[in-house]
Amino acid sequence: MSKRTDPDKFIVTKYVLYPGLLLALLVRCCVAAYPYSGRGAPPMFGDFEAQRHWQEVTVHTPARDWYRNTTHNDLQYWGLDYPPLSAYHSLLLGLVADWLEPESVRLFASRGYESETHETFMRWTVFLSDLYFYVTAVLCICIHMERVTSKSELSVFKRTDVSTVICLLYPGIILIDHGHFQYNCVSLGLFLWATFFIVAIENDIMATIFFVLALNYKQMELYHALPFFFYLLRKCFITVTNESSMAHLIYRFTKLAIAVIGTFSAVWYPLVHSWDDVLQILHRLFPIKRGVFEDKVSNVWCSANVFVKLKHVYNNEEMVRMCVMSTLVACMPSCLDLFFRINRKKFVLCLINVSLAFFLFSYQVHEKSILLVAIPVTIYLPDDPFTSLWFLLLSTFSMLPLLLKDGLLLPLLCTSSIYLSFYSIALHLSGLETNIFSVLSANTVYEAAKTKSYNHVVMKLFSTMFFFSLQGMILLGLGSLLVKPPPQYPDLFPLLISMYSCLHFIFFLIYFTYCQLQLPMCLPVQLKVKKN
Amino acid sequence: MILELLIIVTAVKIYFIPLYRSTDFEVHRNWLAVTNNLTIDQWYHDTTSKWTLDYPPFFAWLELALSYIAKMFDPAMVKIENLDYASEMTVLFQRLSVIILDFVYMYGAFRCARFISRGNLLVFLILITNPGLIMVDHIHFQYNGFLFGVLFLSMANLFENNCVYAAFWFAMLLNLKHIFLYMAPVYVVYLLRAYCFTVSSKDGVHTPWYSFSVVNLIKLAATVLFVFGLSFGPFINQLPQVFARLFPFKRGLSHAYWAPNFWAFYNFADKILQHLCLKFGIPVVTQEASMTGGLVQEYQHAVLPTITPATTFVLTAVSMMPALVKLWHLGADTKYRSLSFARCLTLCSTCAFMFGWHVHEKAILMILIPLSYLSVLGKMDARFYTFMSVVGHYSLFPLLYPKKLLQIKIFLLLTHLCIVFYYLPILYEPKTKLSRKSAFLLVPRLTALQILYLCGLIGLCFYENVLHIFLGLDKTLPFLPLMITSVYCALGVFYFWVQSLDPTDWKFENKNVTARKELLIQFRDSAFY
Repeated sequence: MSKRTDPDKFIVTKYVLYPGLLLALLVRCCVAAYPYSGRGAPPMFGDFEAQRHWQEVTVHTPARDWYRNTTHNDLQYWGLDYPPLSAYHSLLLGLVADWLEPESVRLFASRGYESETHETFMRWTVFLSDLYFYVTAVLCICIHMERVTSKSELSVFKRTDVSTVICLLYPGIILIDHGHFQYNCVSLGLFLWATFFIVAIENDIMATIFFVLALNYKQMELYHALPFFFYLLRKCFITVTNESSMAHLIYRFTKLAIAVIGTFSAVWYPLVHSWDDVLQILHRLFPIKRGVFEDKVSNVWCSANVFVKLKHVYNNEEMVRMCVMSTLVACMPSCLDLFFRINRKKFVLCLINVSLAFFLFSYQVHEKSILLVAIPVTIYLPDDPFTSLWFLLLSTFSMLPLLLKDGLLLPLLCTSSIYLSFYSIALHLSGLETNIFSVLSANTVYEAAKTKSYNHVVMKLFSTMFFFSLQGMILLGLGSLLVKPPPQYPDLFPLLISMYSCLHFIFFLIYFTYCQLQLPMCLPVQLKVKKN
Repeated sequence: MILELLIIVTAVKIYFIPLYRSTDFEVHRNWLAVTNNLTIDQWYHDTTSKWTLDYPPFFAWLELALSYIAKMFDPAMVKIENLDYASEMTVLFQRLSVIILDFVYMYGAFRCARFISRGNLLVFLILITNPGLIMVDHIHFQYNGFLFGVLFLSMANLFENNCVYAAFWFAMLLNLKHIFLYMAPVYVVYLLRAYCFTVSSKDGVHTPWYSFSVVNLIKLAATVLFVFGLSFGPFINQLPQVFARLFPFKRGLSHAYWAPNFWAFYNFADKILQHLCLKFGIPVVTQEASMTGGLVQEYQHAVLPTITPATTFVLTAVSMMPALVKLWHLGADTKYRSLSFARCLTLCSTCAFMFGWHVHEKAILMILIPLSYLSVLGKMDARFYTFMSVVGHYSLFPLLYPKKLLQIKIFLLLTHLCIVFYYLPILYEPKTKLSRKSAFLLVPRLTALQILYLCGLIGLCFYENVLHIFLGLDKTLPFLPLMITSVYCALGVFYFWVQSLDPTDWKFENKNVTARKELLIQFRDSAFY
């Protein structure tokens, strides 16, 4: 479709934002119409029941008992194992539920409660939380991205409308939050706000506060803690000429420390009356006895488990030690690079690398934790659209066994094809001669993105690898749907999928670390908004 | 671009496969079974299920063809005695059949969009994202998309001056679903004027009778008769039975949920008068089965005179007359006839919708779809469509009553409205203005009254879904929101009808036309790519 003969181009391009945004919301609604995980599956049900149960517990028991095994709070049945902010969120929703439909949060009596109206209510709560925390954060980051890019570098992927919609259409978070049922959008939204304050506004205090809030919503946000720590610490060392450097360092550091401690104490205060309480909560948050991984996760340990039965060789404590060591080793290059050769552009890359290292090597990893890596990648997509797309598709694919169990195959296929189609539309909008298969060509994508360019051979190699990687995903997906595994290996396909994804993730870790090391050092200064 | 849009729209439709479906699903399953198992002479006699075949023969043939594929999915689906049968495979097959037949609609939309030089992609987008069609076809379950596809094929042929083909496709359409009979007068008038009279005149007043071509008339007649013969030929011995099935006048003036038309006002007035009479102690005949009660049956108005089918037909015909006369004159001019045809089609559908006998709320699609095609052809039509796209699609909301679907309904509509409200004005307004002002305020170009009315719809939606339940009225007056919706939407449709009848707008000398002329000239020479 050439520019000259398509007079509509300007119409459909400049204003993709609103229809695209609503399309993203529509997709969320459509996925939400599917059954949630563990529906009609007693005795434990699933994540939906866990969330409902937390509402029930937080509404009907005093705050001190939330994390304790009492007569009113049986921790064996979906005991609260997320930090306090999550509990407050449950309390808030629980109060609304109590007002609308008291049966749904009756203590004990409501276990396994399932009704149409209650489900609608719960789906709306996820939807509104998503809209309030996640969508706004994405929008702000994307607006900022276009504002600071000079007109010559402004590629189609950096335009506010396109980047927002591509980011919001990412299938992984839609399927997990609105299909499977969780509130990842809240913690990830808070995390994105923290990132926004670092990348765009340079307000370190706000960034700290938001990150601590995110951490207090889900302890999994620890995956992102190291980049924040190193980046903010390094910024304390930046000297301003007319001040004494030491005093300045202490002043800046104290400010951050106060922000962290203040936020933490504000969040934990209502729950904690003694050290014992703190330890009890921490014990709930980090259950070491649950083992190194659950189900089939695409990380190194699960893949290694195929060859060496780790659980027989090492006990849990040894395993934890090994995990900590290997995780630190894997994320050191990226963290040290961020610390010594600081550059704002490295921050998002460092987030990706560290969280990916955590996902691959740390202890007690869920397959859903890949979202913690995927969300920074969606933010990074405008800079490196080809590899990011590859990663995002693969991350969605790595959750296939989980989604199949939830009966979300159809939404997975539809959401992914909508995502790819929109990506392809974005390529069209770049004005290049593209067709629907251009997505597969690294050359075209990088040309449209106007960012870096590798040499021709590397591009060809990338395109080929991407193509075969997609083939592999399709084959494995078809296999797990159609082929009946031999009786002695019932988990054959989930295991194959997780190993296949794990190999990719190791490759991505190396690739993104390489990308980060490539960037030069550049002290963060206030960004100028380019006049267009 | 088109391929991607198709994928996105189709993917959205695929989401709805396992969701709520209405009784129409069982209706169509039953037809599959009837056509597959019985011989032709029993098709229109079978009464195993209460959902008897009441579509014209070609649709029955289509069901027969589908039933052979259906057997591959699940043989139990085509057993007549399997009432209310809905296995997973049955659902999948039926839904997929709608989705795949919808490609006819997309092709038709594509064919028609090609004629427009400026805004062709936009009109294609507006047509394929029509939320009403998606709701009725893919959630509620019907095959309207396919039928409108045939209509568009016919229109495309008409615009290309292939009148015989146009007549052929339209005759096909009539034999697929007879509701399109309401559009037939437009075709008759247009084909007579534009095809049977070979000479066109500029002023549109004089019709040179000497140029009447009998050959052309015979060509048309032969085509139409051939199609009808093919369709009704096998049923020649049982025509009365077939027609009794096709035109069931026993069904009452209004559907269970009043379509937002003139009769909604009439029924509403009757209800009010009934209450007033009771209050002032005037005895009236009260009937238990209320019209909103969901039962399809004949209903006697309590106070106002009861309407007979004949009355509705006279009213419909009379209301269509001005538009048809106008078309007769405008059809003389080769430049204007295509546009006039499309507008007349919209108008006549509106008249039929306003005054027809037993009109379904779904019939509003017959107004919305031609109107959405017009929306890129003139400012006036664009304004009408921005207005009607809200009212018309909102009036379809009660069709999908489960509360669970509310979110989907709202966002389907909003996505479409975004496209309409953002892209349509850009088509007409110069680009520079938009950067300064917010596009949203520029767009609608609706009057304050219209905007107020549309805001009322938001309030209505809020009342229906939140306030009504909180007031506890859902137990005592469960059908009140339905009645309010239908009367309120009827107000909007009525307003549209009155506005579009405005004679100055249709006048030949009006300066609006000159503006439209430029758009019209681009009507033929265009490339889609």
